[in-house]
Amino acid sequence: MVAAIVFWGLAVVAVAAGVAVFVVDSMARATYALALSFIAVGALIILLQQSYLGVITILMMVMEMAVMAVYMVMFMGMNPALMPMDMTHGKKTAIGASAGVFVLLASGALLIPWPERRGVPAEDITNALGLEIMGEKMLVMAVVGPVMVATIVSGVVLAAGRTRYDRLGDDLRRRPADDPQPGGVGR
Amino acid sequence: MSLEVVLLVAAALFAVGLYGALSQQVVVMVMMGLELMVNGVLLAAAGFWWFMAPAPSGQVLLLVVLAAMTVEMAMGFAVATLLHRRRQTDMTDMAEDLSR
Amino acid sequence: MPENMPETLLTTVPAGWAVLAGMILCALAFFAAALDSALSARAEGAGRGGWLAPAWSTARLLRQRRRTVVAADTLLLRVGAAGMLGGSFLMVAVIPFGRWTLADLDVGVVWFNTVDVMVWALVWLAGWGANSVHGLVGGYRFLAHGLAYELPLMFALVAPAIAAGSLRVSDVAGAQDRLWFAVWMPVAFVIFLVGVTGFSVWGPFAAALGADVAGGVLAELSGVDRLVLQAGRYAFLAAGAAFSVPLFLGGGAGPFLPEWAWVVVKTVAVLAVLVWLRRKLPVFRPDRFLEIGWVVLLPAAVAQDLVVSLVVVWKG
Repeated sequence: MVAAIVFWGLAVVAVAAGVAVFVVDSMARATYALALSFIAVGALIILLQQSYLGVITILMMVMEMAVMAVYMVMFMGMNPALMPMDMTHGKKTAIGASAGVFVLLASGALLIPWPERRGVPAEDITNALGLEIMGEKMLVMAVVGPVMVATIVSGVVLAAGRTRYDRLGDDLRRRPADDPQPGGVGR
Repeated sequence: MSLEVVLLVAAALFAVGLYGALSQQVVVMVMMGLELMVNGVLLAAAGFWWFMAPAPSGQVLLLVVLAAMTVEMAMGFAVATLLHRRRQTDMTDMAEDLSR
Repeated sequence: MPENMPETLLTTVPAGWAVLAGMILCALAFFAAALDSALSARAEGAGRGGWLAPAWSTARLLRQRRRTVVAADTLLLRVGAAGMLGGSFLMVAVIPFGRWTLADLDVGVVWFNTVDVMVWALVWLAGWGANSVHGLVGGYRFLAHGLAYELPLMFALVAPAIAAGSLRVSDVAGAQDRLWFAVWMPVAFVIFLVGVTGFSVWGPFAAALGADVAGGVLAELSGVDRLVLQAGRYAFLAAGAAFSVPLFLGGGAGPFLPEWAWVVVKTVAVLAVLVWLRRKLPVFRPDRFLEIGWVVLLPAAVAQDLVVSLVVVWKG
């Protein structure tokens, strides 16, 4: 009973905050509405007994939204005064498409005769997950790791406006480097 | 709480995210729509895991979804920064030539 | 999980005891504030006074009428300010207090990390919501500091978890019955304390509240908003100090005194050092510290993790 109330409470928060992202007229509110939606979904995942994944979802998404807010302000340049904001295109098509997708997915969820539960969860679910990714599913993690590194490198390459030649001169010999923001180590 | 209602909530999140991803003009807002869609996928995967096959290997899938989400965000931010640096814009309509 | 895990005699107390935990946290936060103002009074030559100064400013702020700026986003401002105080309570919920704990979460260490990441959002929201340049500059400064200290902090948290073979805080405390983790993983301990001062916006990391930006995030905060944000900083400092006890300082282990008393003694000691350090260290410039965080602290933390992992593997 309590679990049902908590579930529906979190579900309403998750969806309502998700809608709020595209309804509110402030960038900061939109970003943190999305963060709230993720916190609610993280709590739902904890409710589904996967505490590690739920907590890690909240951790990552709050951090990401804090950064997202900076990007929003940087690119859109609006003040916190709640300025009316409606930067959309093809609104009717989008509403139609998403409503159609929702009907499709929801009817699928309700009408498909889902099979019975197979197997029982491990005693310590987090521990079981750890053993799994360090054992049988190690290949997955071994792939995810390099993908992450590649993401960092390519992200920096795409986003950085200056190269090492701008920093260190054409012969790469200028010391100290010519940086608009000097770092604390003195490279 | 059953699989059906969890999937219903996940479908709602996915649909709202899809609306955002399709309708928003600003790159960062499009990314928020995509995030919301992945949010729904995440919830659905957690629901499937718990109600259908609570074996440890299923959780790895959620971890992969989370990893995919971070990659999406990082590359999205990088491309948005590049777009802003080159064209002083953050609207998808002004980058339409990139899709040709 | 290691086979020789000591029997945990931990009792999870009913949720009502959260009130007592909150009171203890408030007392510790008040101690930190009182110690800081006493040290300030002494440094300014005002003699022995200052211990009660936080009480007077609390009373003053409670009576003060809140002023707001035109078009301030009051909702976000209040979420940011009140969240600082609320977040610190979430953090202490997983700390074992001797033989009792409020929540014996199996992912307690990650929980701590999650709550400290919340501070990123809260400080920025308080700075943004005020609709003032100084507040927003303060918020950005904090995010820049956050980018620098957070990753080293995360990797520093990994070290005790690896050594204990568990993310449960009580298991980590129980795994130190022979040698405190602070002794054989000093780098992780130091980086952890750097992180604690970081997410408390304290001392070297107080650039977000700097006098050079007219108080930064605090510039437009008044009355209760200002009170809860300031109290939240001290409470976070106290919560971080309390968390270092099970993580690095052997939990409640110690002679003569009962376990809960040792937790309090160690927490107060760490807290006092952190408060004392404020006037010994300069404020780190966010742009400078960013490089220090990524080029010095992060590799140091990863190397510490490697050493700990090797020791764990070697000991079997």
